[in-house]
Amino acid sequence: MQVDFNAPYKNRVQQALNDPNLRVAVSKATDRMTDARLASMDAVEGQKLRSQVRQMKQHVLRNWPDYLQQLESNLTRNGCTVHWAEETEDAQNIVRDIALQNSAKLVVKSKSMATEEIHLNHALEEVGLRVVETDLGEYIIQLADEPPSHIVAPVIHKRLEEIAEVFQDKLDMPPTREPTKMTSLARARLRQEFFAAGMGISGCNFAIAETGAICIVTNEGNGRMVSSMPRVYVVVMGIEKLVPTVEDAFLQLQALCRSATGQNLTVYCSMTSGPRQEGDVDGPEQVHVVLLDNGRSRMLARGYGEALLCIRCGACLNACPVYQEIGGHAYGSTYNGPIGAVITPALAPEISRFKELPHATSLCGACREACPVKIDLPRLLLDLRSDLVQENASPKTEAWGIKSYASLMSSRRMYESLGKMASIGSNLYAGMSGGNIKFMPPPLNGWTAYRDFAPFAPKSFRQWWKERSKLRGQT
Amino acid sequence: MHKATFEQRPNRVALFVTCMVDMLYPGVGIATCELLEKNNVEVVFPEEQTCCGQPAFNAGYRNEARKLARRFLSIFGPLVENGEVDAIVAPSGSCATMTSHFFEVLFEESREEELRRQAERLASVTFELTEFLVDVLGLANTGARLQGKAAYHPCCHLYRELGVDDQPRKLLDGVEGLEVVDLPHADDCCGFGGLFSIKNSGISAAMGRAKARSAQQCGADAIALCDVSCMTHINGILSREGISCRAHHIAEILNNHLGNSLRPPSQPEPQQPDHPRRWGD
Repeated sequence: MQVDFNAPYKNRVQQALNDPNLRVAVSKATDRMTDARLASMDAVEGQKLRSQVRQMKQHVLRNWPDYLQQLESNLTRNGCTVHWAEETEDAQNIVRDIALQNSAKLVVKSKSMATEEIHLNHALEEVGLRVVETDLGEYIIQLADEPPSHIVAPVIHKRLEEIAEVFQDKLDMPPTREPTKMTSLARARLRQEFFAAGMGISGCNFAIAETGAICIVTNEGNGRMVSSMPRVYVVVMGIEKLVPTVEDAFLQLQALCRSATGQNLTVYCSMTSGPRQEGDVDGPEQVHVVLLDNGRSRMLARGYGEALLCIRCGACLNACPVYQEIGGHAYGSTYNGPIGAVITPALAPEISRFKELPHATSLCGACREACPVKIDLPRLLLDLRSDLVQENASPKTEAWGIKSYASLMSSRRMYESLGKMASIGSNLYAGMSGGNIKFMPPPLNGWTAYRDFAPFAPKSFRQWWKERSKLRGQT
Repeated sequence: MHKATFEQRPNRVALFVTCMVDMLYPGVGIATCELLEKNNVEVVFPEEQTCCGQPAFNAGYRNEARKLARRFLSIFGPLVENGEVDAIVAPSGSCATMTSHFFEVLFEESREEELRRQAERLASVTFELTEFLVDVLGLANTGARLQGKAAYHPCCHLYRELGVDDQPRKLLDGVEGLEVVDLPHADDCCGFGGLFSIKNSGISAAMGRAKARSAQQCGADAIALCDVSCMTHINGILSREGISCRAHHIAEILNNHLGNSLRPPSQPEPQQPDHPRRWGD
C-alpha cells in the first residue's frame, strides 16, 4: 500500500507502518548509506572536518547580509540576473515570468529540494509548460506522480520491482528487472529532452560569495546538461546556501559528498559563473539566480538559526530509526526525517501548522551524531515542542495531564499516596489479566495496543528504605 | 560537561533513585544502594524527592518542568553545597541527563541565573551509577556471578548525552560466568522516547520490535541496560511478542539479584521477597 501524501498525519503513518516492503526498502538503503558515510568520514579526520564546516557555516550566518550582498554583486558582475523571492508565490512568479518571456515550452530540471519546496513544477505546468526531471530518481517519481521521499535519494521508498512497474506503465518498457536496461532507456529519453528544452532549472548546493559561482553536485551529469544546454538557465537557491570563499566551497563539498552518499567526491561537480561569453562554444545565454527566503529569515528570528547550517546531505534521515520505519512520505512535507521535522514547522508562517512533526521523534540523538554540521536536532525539536505549548497548539487533555502530573509530583505526600494507589490498583488489575497488564484506557491504550505493562511494585523503594532505617535505628 | 574530580574517594552520596525505580522497580534501587554500600560509600536518600520533571520537559511544558526542577534543586542543592554528600548518583542515564543537562536549558531560558549556576554545580557532581562505579570508584568488577548470555543495549540519553558507554560494558565483562554478546544495531533507539511511546505508539512499537528482533538474532537470554524506562518498553514488547528474552537493569545483574542463571526453566528460581522478580511470565 502506498502512503497517501494528502491524508492526515496519523493515517499516513499507519499506511507507512502497514507496508512491510517500505521498511525493507528504506532501511536497506539507509543502512548502506550510513555505512558508506562512516567509512568515508573515517578515511579523513571526520570530526575535524565536521567542526570546520560548522564553524564556516556559523561564520556565514553571523555575517549573512554581507555575504548575500557580496554574492549578489559578484553574480551581477558575472552577467547573471539576480531575483529576490520572499515567499513561495514570489519565487513561482519569477520563474514563470522568465519562462514566458523566453517562450520556453519545455523545461528540464536537475534535482532540487528548493524547487520542491515552492512546488515549482506544478506552478509551471499550470501555465502550460512541460517540466521534465532529469535526475534518474526524480525522473522515476515524476513518472509515478509522487513527491521525493528523501533529500538525496528521492526514490528510496521504492523497490526495484516497483520501479520496473513504473517503467512498464509509463514508458511502455518491456518487462525487465535489470537496472542497467531501465537506466539506458531513461538516458535515451532524457537525452532528447535536453536537446529540445528551452529552459533549464536547478537548485544550488552552494554559491561562492567571493566569485559569484553556482555549484551543483550530481552523479549523473544531468546537472551539467541542465545548466549548459538550454538557452536559459535558472537557479533557485535558498539564501542560506552560500559560502564565503572557494576554499570554503571545497570544505563543504567534502563534508557534503562524504555525508550524503559516502563518496569522497561525487561524479560531477558543476560550477557556473555566468552566461556564455563571447568566444565560448556553449553555455546558456541567460543565467537567472532566484534567491529564496521562504521563511529562512523567519526561522532565524524565531531562534532556529542552528537549522540554517544544514547542507542538505540527508545523513540525519539515514541515521534516524523513525525515518527507517516510516520513510519520507509519512511526514507529509517536502523535507522529512529529523531535519524536516525541524525546518518544516520552523519555516512555516505558523509553527502549529505542522504540530505533529516535532513529536515524530524519540529524540534519540542519532541524527546529531550523523550531522556533518553537528546541528543539535534533538534540542531544536524540544524547543519546537515548547513553542507549540506556548502557542496552545497541544491537545487539551495532554496539557491537563501534564499539569496534573506536575502538581502531584510537587508534593511528597501526594506522590506517595499516588504510588500506593497505583500499586494496589495495578496489581489487582494485573492479577485479573494474569500477570502483566494487557489493556489500559485512553490515552494509555497507546501503550497497551502494542506492549504489555508490568504492575507497580507491591512495596516501593522508599518503603524499603524506611523499614531498613527503622531496623537499623533499633539495633 | 565539566565533571568534578575528587581529591579523596567520595564516601557519601545522595541517591537520586528516580520515580520509576521507586514505584515500579524498587529492586533496582535496592541493588544500587547495596552496590554503593558494599564499596564503602554511604548512601543518603533524601525522602522529599519525587520526579525530576523530564516528562513535562520532553513534552514541551517548560513551566511545569521548571517547577519540578526548582524542587529538585531545593532538595539536592543544599546536600551538596553543605558538604553533606560528595556526589549525586542515579541508576538512570535519562534522569541524570535531565538534571545535569536540561535543568540548565530550563533556567537559561527563564533567565534565572542563580538556579542555572546551581544546576551547573550539581551537574558536575551528578553521576549515572555505572559511571560512578567505574570512573569515580575505579571499579571493574562487582563480584557478581551469572550464567547465561547477555547483550548490552546503550540507552540513548546515557550513550549520546552523557557519553557513558565503556563503563557499563566493563562492569558486565566483569560478571563471572556471563557471556556478553554484541547486540546487532545496538545503538539504535528502542523506541521509547517518553511521550513519543504514547503519541506515536505505532512507530515507537515498530522500533521496539526491531530491537526485539536484534535480541533474538544474537541469541541473548537477557538485555542489560542502565535505564528502567527503556527496560519497560523493551520488556513490554518482548512480553507481548512472546519472546522469552528479558531486559534487566544492570544494577540487578551487578548485585546478583537475578539468581544464578538467566536460563532457569529446569530449576526453580530462589524466591527473594525483598527483590520481587518482575516480567517473569
